Amino acid sequence: MDIRRRRILQLLGLSAAALTVKPVYDALAADPAAGRPRVGPGREQLKAKQWAMVIDTRRFASEADVEPLIEACHRIHNVPHFELKRWEIKWIWATEYKHAFSGTSSDRFLADAVEKRPFLVLCNQCENPPCVRACPTKATFKREDGIVMMDFHRCIGCRFCMAACPFGARSFNYTDPRPYLKHTNKLFPTRMKGVVEKCSFCAERLAEGKRPACVEAAGGKIAFGDLYDPASEAHQWVRKNYTLRRKVNLGTEPAVYYIV
Amino acid sequence: MKDKRWIVSGLVVFLLIVLFPFWYNRGRAVPPPEVKLTEKAKAEKECVLARDYMKAEHMQILDLWRETVVREGNRIYTNPKGREFVMSLSNTCLDCHSNKAEFCDKCHNYASVRPYCWDCHIENPKEAR
Repeated sequence: MDIRRRRILQLLGLSAAALTVKPVYDALAADPAAGRPRVGPGREQLKAKQWAMVIDTRRFASEADVEPLIEACHRIHNVPHFELKRWEIKWIWATEYKHAFSGTSSDRFLADAVEKRPFLVLCNQCENPPCVRACPTKATFKREDGIVMMDFHRCIGCRFCMAACPFGARSFNYTDPRPYLKHTNKLFPTRMKGVVEKCSFCAERLAEGKRPACVEAAGGKIAFGDLYDPASEAHQWVRKNYTLRRKVNLGTEPAVYYIV
Repeated sequence: MKDKRWIVSGLVVFLLIVLFPFWYNRGRAVPPPEVKLTEKAKAEKECVLARDYMKAEHMQILDLWRETVVREGNRIYTNPKGREFVMSLSNTCLDCHSNKAEFCDKCHNYASVRPYCWDCHIENPKEAR
């Protein structure tokens, strides 16, 4: 009796093991990706560790020099124009030295040229962005390539980020912006009432292998590239010239540099 | 129990009002909407995924696309057949389905769904710029 019982147990064990052969074989042999949809970056996607911009302010003498850049940006991103200052929405704009760099250097007596020069200011895409920490819904977040991105779908319009940003780079849609658009770029969405918006270093253009619109419109007066790549133009400009950044004492590490 | 009269007649009136729509529409079914495909969509034969899947689950795809594009920065979707699409509602979906009123809206209105995509995304990218 004993021997038969052992034999049965052995057979049972063997057949149980045999049952597992096919599933294991299937799992190991089949390519898990086959037949399933995949997502990935486009072939032209530009990559970087931290995108940065270097603006050669010496080559922007008057409003007429900066106006086309602002227009290029606001036009392709469907940024509306409001007469009412309170509702103003801006991704990139020009300001004076005293506003852009207050407290940065000994600005009691300033060179005439610098005092009158327009300084282009935009979201600094900080390496240590305070807006990202303030956002309660993670609607604003830091991408792997350093861009501080807005997810308008998630924005609840609390404006904590606007309070957190020391550069005033963020604007709030107090009303539906669509009626205030003179031109609409059909390839880019508009925004709706109740969301915050700002410059995104043209993330949608980088995906297509293009540089940001303002850089393109500047015709060589602005360098754009990976701050940590010694071969990039931005890196080289920063190495060759003395540059300023806005409000560095706050520790946000802006990625927009100014040659003065 | 001396108010029985009033209570009963009140109940009757209440039931009449509540049940009136059912009685009024009895035996009639609102025909399901027929969506119209554009010539371009017809020529393509198949959407990003199989037709039945798209009919029932297109919102899942759109949600995946939104998440992937905005948060991960990946913009290319490769379907199981190996065909690539740029993940964009306005520029890819509406490129074929450029008749939003006849396509999207018809079903959405029938099902009383009000997606807020169009608050920001522009309805038809093919209009003159």
